[in-house]
Amino acid sequence: MKACSFSYHRPESVDSAVAMLAALAPAGGRVLAGGQSLVPMMAYRMAQPAHLIDVSRFAELQKIEAGPAGLRIGAGVRHAVLRRGAGGEMLAFVAGHIAHEPIRNRGTFGGSLANADPASEWCCVLAVLGGVVEARNAAGVREIPAAGFFAGVMSTALAEDELLTSVALPDLAGWRWGFYEVSRRAGDYALAMCLVAWRLEDGVMRGVRLGIGGAEAVPRRLPAAEAVLEGAAPGDAVFARAADAAAAGIDPMTDHNVGAAFRRDLARAAVRRALARAA
Amino acid sequence: MTKWAGKSITRFEDLPLLRGEGRFTADLKAARYLRFVRSPVAAGVIEKCEAPEGVVMFTAADLAAVGKIQPMIRKFGYVPIAQPVLAEGVVRYTGEPVAAVVGESEELAEDFADSVWLEISPLPVCVTAEAALADGAQVIHPGMDSNVVVATEMATPGHAAAVAGARHKVAVSVRSRRQSALPMECRAGHAALDAATGRVTLTCTAQMPHLARTAIAALLGMDEADLRVVAPDVGGGFGQKMSLAAEYVVLVWAVRRLGGTIAWIEDRRENLMASFHSRDMDVRVEGAFDADGRFVALTGDVTANVGAYAPYPNTAAVEPLMSFTELPGPYDIKEYACAARGVVTNTCVSAPYRGVARPAITLAMERLMDKAAVVCGLDAAEIRRRNLVRKFPHVTPTGLVYDNASYVETMEMALKAAEITEFRRRQAEACAAGRYLGVGISVFCERTGYGSAAFAARGMDIQPGWENVEMRLDTEGVVTARIGASPHGQGLATTLAQIIADAVGIRPADVVVVHGDTDATPYGWGTFASRSLVISGGASLIAARKIHARLREVAAERLGVAADEIEMADGFAVVRATGARMSVAALSQFSGGIAAEGFYDPLGTFSNAAHVAFVEVDVETCLVRVEKFIVAEDAGRLINPMIVDGQIHGGVAQGIANALLEEIVYDETGNILTISLADFLAPTAHEIPAIRILHRETLSDATITGAKGLGEGGTIGAPAAVLNAVNDALRPLGVEVNEMPVSPRRLHAVLRGVS
Repeated sequence: MKACSFSYHRPESVDSAVAMLAALAPAGGRVLAGGQSLVPMMAYRMAQPAHLIDVSRFAELQKIEAGPAGLRIGAGVRHAVLRRGAGGEMLAFVAGHIAHEPIRNRGTFGGSLANADPASEWCCVLAVLGGVVEARNAAGVREIPAAGFFAGVMSTALAEDELLTSVALPDLAGWRWGFYEVSRRAGDYALAMCLVAWRLEDGVMRGVRLGIGGAEAVPRRLPAAEAVLEGAAPGDAVFARAADAAAAGIDPMTDHNVGAAFRRDLARAAVRRALARAA
Repeated sequence: MTKWAGKSITRFEDLPLLRGEGRFTADLKAARYLRFVRSPVAAGVIEKCEAPEGVVMFTAADLAAVGKIQPMIRKFGYVPIAQPVLAEGVVRYTGEPVAAVVGESEELAEDFADSVWLEISPLPVCVTAEAALADGAQVIHPGMDSNVVVATEMATPGHAAAVAGARHKVAVSVRSRRQSALPMECRAGHAALDAATGRVTLTCTAQMPHLARTAIAALLGMDEADLRVVAPDVGGGFGQKMSLAAEYVVLVWAVRRLGGTIAWIEDRRENLMASFHSRDMDVRVEGAFDADGRFVALTGDVTANVGAYAPYPNTAAVEPLMSFTELPGPYDIKEYACAARGVVTNTCVSAPYRGVARPAITLAMERLMDKAAVVCGLDAAEIRRRNLVRKFPHVTPTGLVYDNASYVETMEMALKAAEITEFRRRQAEACAAGRYLGVGISVFCERTGYGSAAFAARGMDIQPGWENVEMRLDTEGVVTARIGASPHGQGLATTLAQIIADAVGIRPADVVVVHGDTDATPYGWGTFASRSLVISGGASLIAARKIHARLREVAAERLGVAADEIEMADGFAVVRATGARMSVAALSQFSGGIAAEGFYDPLGTFSNAAHVAFVEVDVETCLVRVEKFIVAEDAGRLINPMIVDGQIHGGVAQGIANALLEEIVYDETGNILTISLADFLAPTAHEIPAIRILHRETLSDATITGAKGLGEGGTIGAPAAVLNAVNDALRPLGVEVNEMPVSPRRLHAVLRGVS
């Protein structure tokens, strides 16, 4: 389990990283940020990049800024930084479900999104909150809304020469939120997760956003479940109906550990428990 | 004198290990590295195996003169299947080594291995024992009529009548899924050829260095004297490293061909795929009981999927035959019938892993007791109370002799600590709130410290069992003990030092234990089967007493008193009445040192324990959490209680893993799916609760130190306790689980009524 030979590059700036990516991506060049997904794949020789372009040290990519549109999080922000609360309470809580502390110290927010593992917590957050991804290449900067970002398992709208530089997430001040993840062991890849948020107005739920991750090829909002909740008062019975709608509405991923019926049951459990936490 | 035995002195082994000063096989640099090209399929004919120009590669054709690994037992119709060290003509399991390539670094060796062109035309595959036993199944080894490599059965004369006359009959079938020992350090070997002498030094992760040397030399047609095997610090073995690795044979062959130094450092994927697997077993038991819930008879049937070849030295018979011999466990059963068989399949070789077959047979018996309790109208503890052996020595229907022990007493200790009544109240409350808590017990005895008579009885050609210790007191008062056991984490250097210090009259810090190097130690059988403290400890005691006796003689002479007027402790001989004294060093100087040998070959001794597990089953997510775990344990005299507790913790963790998490999975084509630690799920600290350990010391004449072995108890009893707890939790739902691990997928199928 030793990686194949590769060339390691450490550009001095984001601009030179982008230029390097333009030149090397067609020749098997890839971005190296935290390396917590890429390097193990390289060790198993499941990934064999000829070039690695290290973007992990740019201060420019590690900023977290609150602005009028919400929170802008640099792609290079480590999970551990968000775990410690730099992005607010909800992101800190979600970050606690990502692997284990040593991995969180290295892995990055942007890396997780670009990697697009179906069980990625940040991918679920992006899909549910409806953020906007900023990507940069030699030609310039582009914005990709969450709804158009995920293409499939480990596949996004990013072109091979595009560097994910930051993400803008809407401000959820005053919203109720809940997150629940089912995993086999502490820190394992999620078998199913749910993020839900709403504004409580006059005792009923408004603007409901509910989505799941880890259960389908890509994380997404579940309109059928949201419709059950929208305008209703929080309560066990409506939560159960929303969870049932979620379970029925998904196209479940299956493998030798989790069949379709079990995945639906896991999604149902994650949704019901996320809702209970939000209430 | 027992000043040091019974004390939890800190281990001599720990400080260097914690400081990163351990010396492991992979720490040795080599000029070249060996990498194996392994079969990507489970069964097939090798059509082509070609390396590009410039790549140094060896195949079976190059190693034609090398013997095949062919362990033997001469009983039970065992078929001595043979394993070529590199696949010859055909491959029989995914991961079987087909060729070896050499490169100047591990990275290059892996590149070269990837560049080899390997063409295999597929043959029909049998992955499960069921498939291998089916009519018309492909016979995996030439010359065999079927895939049954060993089969035996027995019935005591009164068995049939007892079953016929029984008031209650209860049966259960349990399925133990394939395990891997998962040592933290994978296997590794470093071979160095001394050009001047032609001697090879093999440093490797072996649990049995002397036997490895004997076996490798024999397969290569070398004199044993030309091979030195050194087991340095070894990062866990759990049995996996006791079986001879074909890879070591190839490595030594290669260094004799190429010279210099060559190393093979196994990676985790290889270890999971192609080291050794264990306990892929079906165990069916039927208990026949009288009106009071007492056994009148036990019937067993065991099928073990033993993989494609046979592990050396234990053979492919080890798991089925151990099941057959030890199934009755701690219960007083007079009428017994059992049929057991080992079945060859196209999977990785099955070999002993901590507990060997006992975790699976204990699961079967303990599930039986819980189910029989319900049928007989008794509580789970009461039915055991009525059936556990109480009088010792006890001879089992298969001729095992249980020495003085405390099967009932440890169960009562564990139950008292468990506070079952209070738990039942909590359980009822939780159930009303839709949560499912459960408690489960297991009671077992553990065969340990058995010598050559036991191996002879098995019919093994290789009969390990005894141990020699060569002991020398030098003129500075330090005792060096050279042992044939080969500890790899058990803390034996510390516990032997405690035994020797007591027996000689010195301090543990004045004892040095030398092990692992065949040049520096007497022939011995290594460390496995919970034997080292009992057998090397016994031999050490014998040698130490001789040194003590000589010291006492010299002291009496020099101090002018009778020998019995002298006390020996802390490195001094002291005249009791006057306080006059001489140091052990000074006494030793009169003869330039004192040497003695000890030889010990005991029949064996059985330790015992009771486990209690508390679980919560989440019936929505099908996840099981172990909340609390209690062990009440009796291993006779404890030399170092802290080390004992460490062994129990590790064993229980592996037992919980077996019950809930760890499983090697093959698909129907024989492709192995669990090839990384993302797939093969070891428990983390989050998954293992605090383990409360209670001790009892029942002394037995069967072991001269008073100590019994206990290293495997945790793995033997914990799975049954956890499964019984899960079943207790699920009782209100009317479902049952008799398969381990209880994965979420399995539990989901049981809960949703789907098979």
